[in-house]
Amino acid sequence: METKQDNKIPSPIDQQVPSEVPAIELKGITKRFGSVVANNAIDLTLNKGEILSLLGENGSGKTTLMNMLSGIYYPDEGEIFVNGSKVEIRSPKDAFDLRIGMIHQHFKLVDVFTAAENIVLGLPGERGKLDKNAVAKAVREIADRYGFEIDPNQKVYDMSVSQKQTVEIVKVLYRGADILILDEPTAVLTPQETDKLFAVMKNMKKDGKAIIIITHKLHEVLAVSDRVAVLRKGQYIGDVPTSQASQQSLTDMMVGHAVSLNIDRPMADSLKERLRVEHLTVKNKEGVKKLSDVSFTAYGGEILGIAGIAGSGQKELLESIAGIQHVEEGGNITYIDPQGKGIHLEGMDPLDIIRKGILLSFVPEDRFGMGLVGGMNITQNVMLRSYRKGAGPMLDQQTPRKLADKIVNDLEVVTPDINRTPLRRLSGGNVQKVLVGREIEQSPTVLMTAYAVRGLDINTSYTIYNLLTQQKMQGVAVIYVGEDLDVLLELCDRILVLCGGQVSGIVDGRSITKEQVGLMMTKVGGGE
Amino acid sequence: MHISKRDGIATWKAWLIRLIAVLIALVVAGFVIMMVGSMRGVSLNPIKVYMSMADGAFGTSSSWMITKMRSWITIRDCMILTCIAIGLAPAFKMRFWNIGAEGQMLVGAIGAAFCMINLAGKVPTPVLFLCMVVFAILAGAFWGFIPGFFKARWNTNETLFTLMMNYIAIQLTSFCVALWEYPPGSNSVGTINGAGKPNTYIGWIGNLFKKGFDDDYMIVVLIVLFLAALMYIYLRYTKQGYEIAVVGESENTARYSGIRVPYVYMRTMAISGAICGFAGFLAVSAVSRTISIDTAGGRGFTAIIVAWLAKMNPFVMIGISALLTFMSKGAIQIASDFGLNEYVSQIITGIILFFILGCEFFLNYQVHFGKQKQ
Repeated sequence: METKQDNKIPSPIDQQVPSEVPAIELKGITKRFGSVVANNAIDLTLNKGEILSLLGENGSGKTTLMNMLSGIYYPDEGEIFVNGSKVEIRSPKDAFDLRIGMIHQHFKLVDVFTAAENIVLGLPGERGKLDKNAVAKAVREIADRYGFEIDPNQKVYDMSVSQKQTVEIVKVLYRGADILILDEPTAVLTPQETDKLFAVMKNMKKDGKAIIIITHKLHEVLAVSDRVAVLRKGQYIGDVPTSQASQQSLTDMMVGHAVSLNIDRPMADSLKERLRVEHLTVKNKEGVKKLSDVSFTAYGGEILGIAGIAGSGQKELLESIAGIQHVEEGGNITYIDPQGKGIHLEGMDPLDIIRKGILLSFVPEDRFGMGLVGGMNITQNVMLRSYRKGAGPMLDQQTPRKLADKIVNDLEVVTPDINRTPLRRLSGGNVQKVLVGREIEQSPTVLMTAYAVRGLDINTSYTIYNLLTQQKMQGVAVIYVGEDLDVLLELCDRILVLCGGQVSGIVDGRSITKEQVGLMMTKVGGGE
Repeated sequence: MHISKRDGIATWKAWLIRLIAVLIALVVAGFVIMMVGSMRGVSLNPIKVYMSMADGAFGTSSSWMITKMRSWITIRDCMILTCIAIGLAPAFKMRFWNIGAEGQMLVGAIGAAFCMINLAGKVPTPVLFLCMVVFAILAGAFWGFIPGFFKARWNTNETLFTLMMNYIAIQLTSFCVALWEYPPGSNSVGTINGAGKPNTYIGWIGNLFKKGFDDDYMIVVLIVLFLAALMYIYLRYTKQGYEIAVVGESENTARYSGIRVPYVYMRTMAISGAICGFAGFLAVSAVSRTISIDTAGGRGFTAIIVAWLAKMNPFVMIGISALLTFMSKGAIQIASDFGLNEYVSQIITGIILFFILGCEFFLNYQVHFGKQKQ
């Protein structure tokens, strides 16, 4: 439908009418981190009075792109236009001067201050004066206008996560932002709080604000946004009006069409029970349930895939089994040793597990944050799990050195010097080969991997897939947490789908479709 | 101008940068000396000032006796500073910011002095030395263990904790000085077992081999060299040293690999405190033969710089300690030679430290000039 005004022959003045100029226009934005291209020539438009969803898998470059709008990063290439004029955003202050406000995933509030104090923090204000009543009044006005619930005099440490988020949003509005960017705002909210947030967002939209919401929850995208833009692996895939999108079509855009993968998936002769998890519940430090009543069994001779949106409890699940995560009473993790004897792992720490001779290997998600030591060389990293071997206080450096040589040769690790170069200076693929190689060399009966191919090129990824399949055929129970559904469907014998910390279903990897898994990822049981 | 982090730097380049830093520091300090001189109406030749510093540290322009004496004292003081830095090494390697060496050294000194005062003449000399060492080590270890325990248990901030422990140790020392005051009214402990007193020279380290108290210099040097070798091996070739390095790099990786992080914190801090406590023993038994709140004399803090600049390598620490000790000895000398007060010498030390520490920036970062390509 076209209004009468739009039918007019545009005069130069009309072209400058604000409503016709997009709030933000990105042209050819590229950002590289070392050799990694986080964003590649991205064009994106955000109109006034519009809620745009920025959709993409983990690591697809959503947050990087938005950080360039909020002045945290500066693009290597490309141009940014705000309200039609080309701008340079070199600092968060520049962004704020352009009335762009970003609400980050991690709140940046001062705990011992009140909401109002946090809101005015860092603003110039009148010299030496802080009129708390005036601030509180202004905050209430903003709250009333958009439907926030906020008490300006409440201290931040007394607030729930959702209240803190409200403070962050009001803070941005108080500073006069017209363009709001919300980075995964619902990740920390309950469904009810999410509904409230969406209501507020719609009120802001009516007021002419332009909003970008970063998310990977499809039903939220459909519920709140006007238009969806999709990123994949740093590329801009395209955008569609939400009214023309469905969960299926968005999944297709987000995950992309599979390159013909053809991972060899042989069947093992026999399956042996290796690990049994029953009624596992895990809470984080804040007491929020990250896993709730998870039960499954892993068999030697199969790869059990674990699918789910990032943060659905994959990390907690593997870490509970490895003894790093505290588990709630009532859950059981039973390791079945080669003799068929069951050993309870709950309540054990990693040292107990090693001392009991439990053959459990774990490739964690955060390579340098958990699995490896970036400042040490390959040999020193190889001995991380086995350095206790041998009597006496001295470190045996000969055996690990030989093992390091073997891993470097077998997996074709490229390193300037095995015994000198710190691991941090190797490429991601080589680092991952060292980690996976070390864990396989432990000759485990259960091998857990989390995002084992994240950030790796196709060849290295295939090396890893083949290694895992090899392990499976040797009777190892392989647990593969992955994010690429195509790979999960080609590699795994069974797939456990997690959704919000619950088991959404355990399905056969050979017969399930990607769409079905995708639905199960967003809704327990796939919405049936 | 654009600054980026270096990926690493060749060793020779790193040392070249450090050498340049020291040279620039000497030139800048030279200008400052001339400026100070002109302000006071004397013309000061920087070269002469530096020669005077060398004289202060090694007695280069004095008689052979003084040369020998000053050199030995400089070497001994350098070794004690190194000893404290060796104590800090395991804690720093673990990224545990132990700035409590001052206090750990003081309580060690209290332990040693306690034995010297109360046990001298009552037990055989070797037993007395054993007691002094054991008391000093245990006191230091305990002083280090406390912040380690609190960090392990409640994740308290070790920097503040160890810093505050210093003040407790200082107060404890004043209490002991009051307790052991001799002669009464002097407000000091006086030379313990000094000449003309009962138990003459008992507990003085040179007396250990009954050769007279002048040989203590060599003993200190040997002990600290031995400690340096031991710490070098401990950090590089033992399982515990490996654990310390892993904990220092990433606590999560340590937990993942089965290292019990709280235990490592406590153990390492006890070791760190023990060595600093041992330095306290050396300060009492080999140097001052008394105890006062100045027994540590700020060396617990200077040792932080030594340990850091040496990147926790005990042998490099000896070199850094030598430089700093040379500076401070030379400082005292120029003060007396040119009638300047000691602050001028401290200015020189400050300038040199500023450049040495400042050059670390250029070791870690690269500075590109000109506008960056867009």
